[in-house]
Amino acid sequence: MSDVLKVPTMAEFMALGKQPEVLFWVGCAGSFDDRAKKITKAFVRLLHKAKVEFAVLGTEESCTGDPAKRSGNEFLFQMQAVTNIEVLNAYEVKKIVTACPHCFNTLKNEYPSLGGDYQVMHHTQFLKSLLDEGRLSIEGGQFKGKRITFHDPCYLGRANDVYEAPRDLIKKLDAELVEMKNCRKKGLCCGAGGAQMFKDAEQGNKEINIERTEQALEVKPDIIAAGCPFCNTMMTDGVKNKAEGQIDVMDVAELIANANDL
Amino acid sequence: MNFLPNVIFAITLILGIGFFARNISKLKRNIALGKDVDVSGSTKIRWKNMARIALGQSKMVRRPIAGILHVIVYVGFVIINIEVLEIIIDGLFGTHRILSGIGSLYGVLIGTFEILAALVFVAVIIFWFRRNVVRIRRFMSSEMKGWPKQDGNLILYFEIVLMGLFIIMNATDAEFQSMNSGNIISQFLAPLFEGYNVHLIERAAWWMHIIGILIFLNYLYYSKHLHILLAFPNTYYGSVKPKGQFNNLEAVTNEVKLMMDPSIDPFAASDDEGSTPDKFGASDVQDLNWIQLLNAYTCTECGRCTSECPANQTGKKLSPRKIMMDTRDRLVEVGANIDANKGEFTADGKQLLGDYITNEELWACTSCNACVEACPISIDPLSIILEMRRYLVMEQSAAPMELNAMMSNIENNGAPWPYNQMDRLNWKNE
Repeated sequence: MSDVLKVPTMAEFMALGKQPEVLFWVGCAGSFDDRAKKITKAFVRLLHKAKVEFAVLGTEESCTGDPAKRSGNEFLFQMQAVTNIEVLNAYEVKKIVTACPHCFNTLKNEYPSLGGDYQVMHHTQFLKSLLDEGRLSIEGGQFKGKRITFHDPCYLGRANDVYEAPRDLIKKLDAELVEMKNCRKKGLCCGAGGAQMFKDAEQGNKEINIERTEQALEVKPDIIAAGCPFCNTMMTDGVKNKAEGQIDVMDVAELIANANDL
Repeated sequence: MNFLPNVIFAITLILGIGFFARNISKLKRNIALGKDVDVSGSTKIRWKNMARIALGQSKMVRRPIAGILHVIVYVGFVIINIEVLEIIIDGLFGTHRILSGIGSLYGVLIGTFEILAALVFVAVIIFWFRRNVVRIRRFMSSEMKGWPKQDGNLILYFEIVLMGLFIIMNATDAEFQSMNSGNIISQFLAPLFEGYNVHLIERAAWWMHIIGILIFLNYLYYSKHLHILLAFPNTYYGSVKPKGQFNNLEAVTNEVKLMMDPSIDPFAASDDEGSTPDKFGASDVQDLNWIQLLNAYTCTECGRCTSECPANQTGKKLSPRKIMMDTRDRLVEVGANIDANKGEFTADGKQLLGDYITNEELWACTSCNACVEACPISIDPLSIILEMRRYLVMEQSAAPMELNAMMSNIENNGAPWPYNQMDRLNWKNE
């Protein structure tokens, strides 16, 4: 897996006088977190496989400001937003795809009134559209008969009403999609949102990720699928606590990349 | 002719409605203490939301037992109130069952009312059992001790008594019973009153029924039961944006633009454009917007928000319902302060933040929107939590230490962790 990935930047595209089909917004987790980097790479492989002309901002990308905003630091959020919007607008970006629901929500909902209007898609929506257009196919063999449960990220599901795209992808794997008692609109948070990822939880009698992992274990899955790098971390920690080694926590993009032997 | 009953009735009615109107104007004044918020546009969606969520009870039935029982009580309440129209006409003009002139339809109407009254009676008793015998968890939280618990039960007692009086009133009405049309339920109770002065009982039940309704009407202002009125405007004004979209503070946008625009002379910028608010975020009810205050009055303390809250489920202090109850309690306190001080709020050394809602509750929120999704009438506790976090961070720099570290990372290197921005693309070679 140590092959060097071809990941063009917007700057390179611009130097050639070209526009990519879509900008891949990698996000902080996708860029720096060791676990999330694997998701990033899996998604890039899928983009290559589907022959999508994409670019990243690379070193010109900066935090969307989501955790600052949810913490209450509106100044910092808007400073980040305005700076990012200047970069995005300078490259005349029209369409953005991201593997992080927090980036997705912020770019899609909170940037427009600050001057940043883009078509923003979550990577599961984008992969679904590639599938629908016949640009990508999914080999299901590897996951045949496996029980997969999908954990709805709050900022994808409740926050933006995207419930079906990730599920449609999982169903294509010939796997058995099993639902937790709290799913879709009633999905339980993994505990990371609202900047909780970056702090210890308040005093209580349980960690939220443990509660959510227990709900997942109730349906006896082989794999817990996630669509958010933060959920992934939280569920992975939960599984370590509860069922180490028996269950994998994987992003939907990784499932599809694996199915295609990428 | 003796007009005394008519006069007494008219006076009772005027007093009952007048006192209620006075309280409603107070309610409107208190809600107007909130900041203005733009609700223009999306009129069609708003009407649709109101029709679907408030009128159609669409979110109530997500919990089927409570939902269906509630629909019974709601439909019963709305439809049986048609009968109040007759009572008022009868009371004012000294007539008796004036609408019986409409013929056989009258029997159908009263029959429907009687069936509904019986159903409401049963539903309310089940509600009482859920609260007091089954002791469903969401009614047992710490914020439900004392008045909130009593309030919940009082409403049920009111409804039991009112429905009972309605049936008794019909059962003891000899004339109505002899019509033998529409007395579907009351005919079985009528024999119980044989040998008593049924006319007297009928009159007593009739008067107690209408007086009870007027008392109940006036009780609303002091009770969580206000939702029967406010659910309608509240669902109309509920958010029509994606739940993940938090508002961008305009005052901050102005400041940021000022900072980013090299052509602006920083010394020429004056403050008297009114662009800078006195406060960022909210520490008291007057800093919230009027929809958030309307939300607080509308909350009926059902606790669906709290029972869905991941923080609450795992034993943290945060309870979205308590956020709403605290906001209302403080707003009522501020309103009383204004009344006591000739229309002018006088600082009382208290505020919503700290005296009612603690920092610990606010920082436990994951902003997951489960509470917003759970609310059957479009209340948004999360927006209040966010406003108060904004105050803590932007006015007091009182974020938890780890969050301060996260924010300085974003400020310095564009990521919540201390990684160099220049390393953002390193993953592709790893």
